[in-house]
Amino acid sequence: MLQALEGSQALAKAVALCRPQVVAAYPITPQTHIVENIAKLVADGEFRCELVSVESEFSAASVALGAAAAGSRAYTASASQGILLMSEVLFNIAGLRVPMVLTCANRAVSGPLSIWNDQQDSMAVRDSGWIQLYCGDNQEAVDTTIQAYRIAERTEVPVMVCVDGFVLTHTLEPIDMPEQSLVDQYLPPYAFSRALNPAQPISIGTLVSPDFFTEARHSHHAAMIKALAEIESADTDWQEVSGRGWGGLFEVQGPEDADTALLTLGSTAGTLADGLAQIPGGDRVKVIRLRCFRPFPVEALQRACAGLKRIGVIERALSPGQGGIVATELRDALEELDNPPKVHGFAAGLGGRDIPLTIAAEALRRMDSGEATRFAIIDVELDKLPPEDR
Amino acid sequence: MSTAPEIRIEDLRRRQPRNSGLISGHRACLGCGEALAARLVTEAAGPDVAITNATGCLEVFSTAWPESAWTRPWIHSLFENSGAIAAGVEAAYKAQGRSTKVLAFGGDGGTFDIGFQALSGMLERGHNVLYVCYDNEAYMNTGIQRSSSTPHAAMTTTSPPGRERMGKRHLKKDIISIVAAHHIPYAATASVAYPADIKNKVRRAMAIDGPTFLQIHAPCPLGWGHEGDQSIEVARLAVLTGLFPVVELERGGIGSVLQLREPLPVNEYLKRQNRFRHLFRNDARATQELEHLQAIANHNIEFYGLRGDRPAAGDACGADTVRRGG
Ligand SMILES: Cc1ncc(C[n+]2csc(CCOP(=O)(O)OP(=O)(O)O)c2C)c(N)n1
Ligand code: SF4
Repeated sequence: MLQALEGSQALAKAVALCRPQVVAAYPITPQTHIVENIAKLVADGEFRCELVSVESEFSAASVALGAAAAGSRAYTASASQGILLMSEVLFNIAGLRVPMVLTCANRAVSGPLSIWNDQQDSMAVRDSGWIQLYCGDNQEAVDTTIQAYRIAERTEVPVMVCVDGFVLTHTLEPIDMPEQSLVDQYLPPYAFSRALNPAQPISIGTLVSPDFFTEARHSHHAAMIKALAEIESADTDWQEVSGRGWGGLFEVQGPEDADTALLTLGSTAGTLADGLAQIPGGDRVKVIRLRCFRPFPVEALQRACAGLKRIGVIERALSPGQGGIVATELRDALEELDNPPKVHGFAAGLGGRDIPLTIAAEALRRMDSGEATRFAIIDVELDKLPPEDR
Repeated sequence: MSTAPEIRIEDLRRRQPRNSGLISGHRACLGCGEALAARLVTEAAGPDVAITNATGCLEVFSTAWPESAWTRPWIHSLFENSGAIAAGVEAAYKAQGRSTKVLAFGGDGGTFDIGFQALSGMLERGHNVLYVCYDNEAYMNTGIQRSSSTPHAAMTTTSPPGRERMGKRHLKKDIISIVAAHHIPYAATASVAYPADIKNKVRRAMAIDGPTFLQIHAPCPLGWGHEGDQSIEVARLAVLTGLFPVVELERGGIGSVLQLREPLPVNEYLKRQNRFRHLFRNDARATQELEHLQAIANHNIEFYGLRGDRPAAGDACGADTVRRGG
């Protein structure tokens, strides 16, 4: 049954449906409503878990790690500064191969301080070894949260579900909350194979000499690559039971034989599709919404992009001094193709700047005009800057 | 016809305290205790200071780019590092041979919780910093979530009362004792209900070369659920009931305390605020929580010897009244 729910409220309910036994979190805009809604469910006895309202994100991630290592399903959520404060623990969780799910309510990173949406926070921890899934809308965020537990528990790699702050977390949409029985069937009770257990004592987090560190890294990398198949099957299986799938690794809209594509992550995909619908020839352009950024689906993207002449990547983050993060990775992935498409990198919508419908047309115009677009911040207003900074 | 006296901007300006470090035009809510406290602290500290400010309401409402309400050098870095940034500024001033005093500001979240480690390190290393904690007993900037300073049983958005909960389950952290346990020269609590006391304590701390700490109880009308014009009264009731003891600790030992002639029952304070509303329902658990809170006040009164056996000019009734001019 459809319910009108704020994104955060829907996410809190989705988390409860997954029955984590331990939830640890710390408030930060725009994640806060998720934890507040969880606290309400717990106070009313509608969600039975140990809710640990910690004193920092560092402890939020650490409590979740302790809980998961003790064999519980664990959950945490954060954003921005919180993700960065967690980052040491995030690398540790993934390196120890402890499964859990974290919602990142994507927000810009300080300074200057901004509480508004972009994806710099999750991008900053892209090398932490977590699986990263980006959601296009709130229904997908609900479904992906449920899928994320299955993926994490089957791969023993933690999963970060990235949801655009405010754009999704604070938006009211009709949501189909799955039945508990359906989620229980999809996500059976979970037992961590390496739990802290006095009956079978093991040591987690030992010092590893150069003799073995490389192998630990290799197996983590290999596990990430193998996770691609789990991410796809989690989505197809979910589609079977719920009737909804989200494209697995990425979702492609538009004509098969298009020679131009725009690629993005998260809620911007909807804006691009709507923007294209308004311009002549827009229906000749593909929109690729990258759902799974880590692991980076190299081969699947190669298949999907073969035959394209050019791709404009629009991302809400950048690597200062380098340029587009996703654009660079895509360029690298497609380089092996016979006639690789030209990849144009654009950053947009930083620190909450609205991404207008016209952005699709503007990106295509720049791609047409031959203006150098290895990388550009497409919506910068240079007249606001002193001449030497332009 | 209106009988309200005509108010002229020039008069208002003239009546604004001189030498304030935080001037009007900022975006704090009506009756914000933090805004008042920060103004008082900076007035008493004087112009030769530099301020480090943790993320939180005070930082956000005072500095909406491109404006700033601060008339002192001021830096905001992050939520959890005000104490450490202050230590760095102090170290630099020391290296430069300057005597400028460093003030570190943080909310209760930035002090009791996420910035606790940086605070402890700064105190332990003996930096010449006055750390001021504006204690409004929750994370207000993000919309009223519990902190370890939130009083027992209070409602916040992450400690909501519900069918199975009576608000916050844990106690308010006794930060002043923890700070004092660093054996720093001077640690004190104060309340916006006693402005002259705040100023005296700031002056005292300013005169000390070493780490000092001031915890100022600062109502947040939005988060506590009372009208903006009730802030001072509510703050005063926290003191008069013994729930917020106003004390000084020197090198870890109790110094002077603000005495109470006749402590009031905690209900007098609690019933004024929506955050305790659920405790006034006809419910055995609510009654029990009220008893817990009274026991906490009784403990404070006992522990700090707050009960004055005779009327004194410096007690909670006498302090400030003269200087505030009624
Ligand atoms: C690492 C990190 N986590 C969370 C936040 C979000 N945040 C900003 S201010 C704040 C609460 C501030 O509370 P407090 O220190 O009590 O000050 P108040 O706003 O009540 O004055 C929070 C949770 C942040 N900025 N950085
Ligand atoms: S929310 Fe509370 S602390 Fe923040 S500005 Fe308003 S009154 Fe002050």
